[in-house]
Amino acid sequence: MAPRTTAPRRMDRPRPGVLSGLSHVALAVWALLIIVPLLWTFLASFKNNTEIFGDPLQLPGALRLDSWGRAWDKAHIGQYMLNTVIVVFFGTAGTMLFGSMAAYVLARYRFVGSRLVYYYFVAGLAFPVFLALGPLFFVVRQFGLLNSHVGLVLVYIAYSLPFTVFFLAAFFRTLPAAVAEAALIDGASHTRTFFQIMVPMARPGLVSITIFNVLGQWNQYLLPLVLLAGAPDKWVLTQGIARISTMAGYEADWPGLFAALSITILPVMVVYIIFQRQIQSGLGSGALK
Amino acid sequence: MERLRKYGFVAGFLAVPLTLYTVFVISPYAQAFQLSLTSWNGYSSIVRYVGLDNFGRLFGDEVFWRALRNHGILLLALPLTTIVIALFLAFLLNLGGGTRGAGMRGVWGSGFYRVVFFFPQVLAVAVVGVLFQAVYRPDEDGVINGVLARFGVAPVGWLTEPDLALWSIIAVMVWQAVGFYVVLFSAGMAAIPKDYFEAAALDGANRVRLFFSITLPLLRDTVQVGWIYLGIAAFDGFALIQVLAGEKGEPDGATTILPITIYNTAFSYQKVGYASAMGVALFFLTVTFAVLTLRTTRRERVEL
Repeated sequence: MAPRTTAPRRMDRPRPGVLSGLSHVALAVWALLIIVPLLWTFLASFKNNTEIFGDPLQLPGALRLDSWGRAWDKAHIGQYMLNTVIVVFFGTAGTMLFGSMAAYVLARYRFVGSRLVYYYFVAGLAFPVFLALGPLFFVVRQFGLLNSHVGLVLVYIAYSLPFTVFFLAAFFRTLPAAVAEAALIDGASHTRTFFQIMVPMARPGLVSITIFNVLGQWNQYLLPLVLLAGAPDKWVLTQGIARISTMAGYEADWPGLFAALSITILPVMVVYIIFQRQIQSGLGSGALK
Repeated sequence: MERLRKYGFVAGFLAVPLTLYTVFVISPYAQAFQLSLTSWNGYSSIVRYVGLDNFGRLFGDEVFWRALRNHGILLLALPLTTIVIALFLAFLLNLGGGTRGAGMRGVWGSGFYRVVFFFPQVLAVAVVGVLFQAVYRPDEDGVINGVLARFGVAPVGWLTEPDLALWSIIAVMVWQAVGFYVVLFSAGMAAIPKDYFEAAALDGANRVRLFFSITLPLLRDTVQVGWIYLGIAAFDGFALIQVLAGEKGEPDGATTILPITIYNTAFSYQKVGYASAMGVALFFLTVTFAVLTLRTTRRERVEL
């Protein structure tokens, strides 16, 4: 049996042809275009100013870690990261809770105006955030929520709702109705049916859209720029990085800037490598609406 | 009783999301349309209605037209470049690995390439902007110029040459976006039945022919979705341009796009009414873009 199984397997191997070689060259070039700038940033965080402004292709002369410390304390990267984690955590949690509640009701219950409410939510997808920017500032100020994380979280939730409701409503519609009906007949309340039966059943969809929202809110730049402008201690990472970049020009602390960039990129990279399959399918399903 | 219980539940579940959405999303949009008809400056208590004057002023505003022109370039160049590169890479990843019998397969290491290509997509645009400031530095300390200097090429002002700056920025957007569309198109290609390729390969079609005669027509819908997404992403280019080119769209407005102009008009020059008019114009442009794309790319569908 043994030779019979190995022989076809060898046949299965791709014959390295010229075209295959050229494919590899093209793919490798694009991979390098992505890796080199990131690697350069990472290495530059260990360099000193002379090395950074010397030959860009040179490796750092010594492993200097002080710039990482400076970035963490003096440039407040630690603070910015904590702020971002808090805002994104509550923002995404709120989005998922309220988004799935609204989506479920709109997908599975017939009531007067249900189509209208659904389209009311989905209409939000058509508007560019820029259109709302000025008035949004004044609305948030009226509630006294300017320069506060609570305000930013509420705004994040509100702006994530259209897509979340749109996506999850479609998902809830694909789930079988029989299980929920059985639960209701057995005397479970509507609320209990939702949280104990429907949410576990909708897990794959919920995971995709959670990843989509985490990434979207983690990378948000425009909303915090407008809504947190007056409170630098509450800033999120994206704002902080932009500010550090401006400051690095005045203080000539370039290693600090690249250390700050590395600190921002590394956790994202780790999370990405762990969850890359789910992230790719999550974002992909987002685009294939 | 049961009916009442149902309606209570529906109302309870919708109350919070609807309130949040109405207060923070719909009401600002509605106000933007209303403010676009005023000359409000953001703080005075008197709101004066000026009718369509703001829109009339837009026609004579040089900054607006330059922003619009840059926007047009972005709107064409970004989707076109990204989709061409992504299609090419996705095809290589999925079908570049030579023929096995009559079947097609991906290249060796396609999983690794996919992971690398997609990574820029998860980086915040602000981070990417700061990163490329170093890459694009105009003196020979920049990453690109340093490499060019090795070959004796004088440093290029990637972000300071007015003719070059917008293209440098578009290149960054392409750099970030391609991986996402590689994954998107790969998924589309994986959905094409293998028999099609095998049959065509048996009939003697080469790889180029396979791509243009089978892959591309069957990916039509996916490519169309990608085009609209990139078009909308072009409208969101604010963060990158703000970080990379500065608030005014340096050099000398060469990289100004509409969102930058709106932000400055509202928050730097305090002309909230006028900025809202620009926002409304931007909204109609977005809708026109989406409708036009759907119209012009619609053809009879190829059913699988």
